[in-house]
Amino acid sequence: MKLHEYQSKTIFSKYGIPIPKGRVAATAQEAKQIAEELGGRVVIKAQVLVGGRGKAGGVKLAKDPAEAAQLAAQILGMDIKGLPVRKVLVDEASAIDQEIYFSITNDRAAKKPVMIASAAGGIDIEEVAAKTPDKIIKSHIDPLLGLREYQARDVAVAIDLPREYMKDFVKVAMGLWEVYKATDATLAEINPLVITKDKKLVALDGKMMIDDSALFRQPDLNEMRDTDEDDPSEIEARKYGLSFIKLDGNIGCMVNGAGLAMTSMDVIKLFGGEPANFLDIGGGASSEKVTAAMRIILTDPNVKAVLFNIFGGITRCDEVARGILIAMEEVKPKVPMIVRLVGTNAEEGRKLLENANMITAETLADAARKSVEAAKKGN
Amino acid sequence: MSILVDKNTRLIVQGVTGNEGLFHTTQMVAYGTNVVGGVTPGKGGEWVLNGKLPVFDSVKTAKEATDANATIIFVPARFAADAMFEAADAGIPLIICITEGVAVQDMMRVRNYLDQKKVRLIGPNCPGLLTPGEAKVGIIPGDIAIAGNVGVVSRSGTLTYEVLYAMKNLGMGASTCVGIGGDPVNGTNFLDVLEMFEHDPKTEKVIMIGEIGGNEEERAAAYIGSKMTKPVAAFIAGQTAPAGKRMGHAGAIIEAGAGTAADKIKALEAAGVKVAKHPEEIPTLL
Repeated sequence: MKLHEYQSKTIFSKYGIPIPKGRVAATAQEAKQIAEELGGRVVIKAQVLVGGRGKAGGVKLAKDPAEAAQLAAQILGMDIKGLPVRKVLVDEASAIDQEIYFSITNDRAAKKPVMIASAAGGIDIEEVAAKTPDKIIKSHIDPLLGLREYQARDVAVAIDLPREYMKDFVKVAMGLWEVYKATDATLAEINPLVITKDKKLVALDGKMMIDDSALFRQPDLNEMRDTDEDDPSEIEARKYGLSFIKLDGNIGCMVNGAGLAMTSMDVIKLFGGEPANFLDIGGGASSEKVTAAMRIILTDPNVKAVLFNIFGGITRCDEVARGILIAMEEVKPKVPMIVRLVGTNAEEGRKLLENANMITAETLADAARKSVEAAKKGN
Repeated sequence: MSILVDKNTRLIVQGVTGNEGLFHTTQMVAYGTNVVGGVTPGKGGEWVLNGKLPVFDSVKTAKEATDANATIIFVPARFAADAMFEAADAGIPLIICITEGVAVQDMMRVRNYLDQKKVRLIGPNCPGLLTPGEAKVGIIPGDIAIAGNVGVVSRSGTLTYEVLYAMKNLGMGASTCVGIGGDPVNGTNFLDVLEMFEHDPKTEKVIMIGEIGGNEEERAAAYIGSKMTKPVAAFIAGQTAPAGKRMGHAGAIIEAGAGTAADKIKALEAAGVKVAKHPEEIPTLL
């Protein structure tokens, strides 16, 4: 789960990381009021969950409250990479001497958190990483020991941070480590961390991603979820505990297990078709889940055929077959259904579906081939 | 011979009285696995499986009573890290964690702690282990595989079943099948298992089932190319997955172009591995 800049920075601030004064606004009028409170120049920043806001014109400098209102109105009407801007952050403008990149994230290969810093902070950090990787400093953190202050000092030296900022930098680093740990973040990023002309270290921008598997112990963060970027069918699927991703093809897929679901998509493609979705109904899928899954797949008007590929293990094929029958009754699908059941109770499952007017298949390749043919006929 | 588990494995089950735990314990015992006890805090002294299997309050007491040398974990995600720490501290050298959805930071702490203790962890979020005819330690349906000389290692669950089933249909058997799990931080990776298969006299060929995300397949390819003498066939799931989307497995995410199926296939083919176009084709490549 991604957090907005304003949400991330509010969390940073709680852990002692200095951030600019500012607040979030949903209207031009609110933006104007915040600008009046702050006095002086302000930055208006679109709050959307994609990168490249600045380049898309979603970040603007306003010299007075009137201009703040005007720019806020303009940005609030924008779409950035398909996402509508519903909120803007109004921050006091900072006079900047240097921009630093600083983050803590998971290094899956090392099985440890890693602290990443660069003196070349700002919007083009990916380019810095690609072209001059030696300008990126990495330091792994022992997850049992936590970040030690000496490691933060070493990183400060490695990025040639002016010595007078060493203490403040260590404070920011330790704060960000606490943020990362307390929120179950997979990424806590400050880009840029700036040295201002009045000699302060300030987190100008913030970005966080939270581990979805840890949300059970992060109820406050879970409430911050912004579902704007999600497809409505993906939100619906989440309600039923289904793992669903909408794609552009015309063959709906219902599969148990993520690896097998991805493979079913691959095999559809191999035989010249295009999958309409990724859908993992998970282990031990109940008829309620199967019904919800079928409803979600069939709300997509592009779907011309649906492939069911169930390899029973924990999941019992007869239970899935019962779910399919209930779903057929409720949803009354008009597109051809191709079903393949193997494994636990497959025989019972097949018997249940005998009179259900479905196309059956023995192997995955066979099922994919039949689905592609059926979808072509439907077009 | 086989790797990791066989008929001499003395297994305990953490979470034995839960729905999943009890169902799969019954299945494992029916398969012939040597299950010697179970653990559920607060239920010590009870018996399950019609009074045949004792339940203990802790892994420590279970180990003292049964001399267990492996444990399988079925507890819910929020308790899984604690269950792994407990098993390691009780001196169990092999932990298999089936549980899905363990928080990543928990797993980093677990993995680093277990490494210090030299404890082997399989999973989490995995189907476990199957040495056909000897021991089933996990949830792989026993009847879809036969004993043989092919080592199977996989990041996936049901996709692994698919491959075992295709092998069986061709009369091809497995020495041991290892499901290492699909999470970004897990206990045992492809490289570890390939090394074990390379040194296992009963394993003559290997099938490796990978998926998008991470770089474990690439590291495995480097090992196969330089050190491995046994032939390897592979399949990589997620060739059509869109970048940046999470495909159910926390590990199966492509970030910034790294860990794509195309890169993995290229690395494997360069190491002399035959890569199948679909899973049913894999056994025919060996």
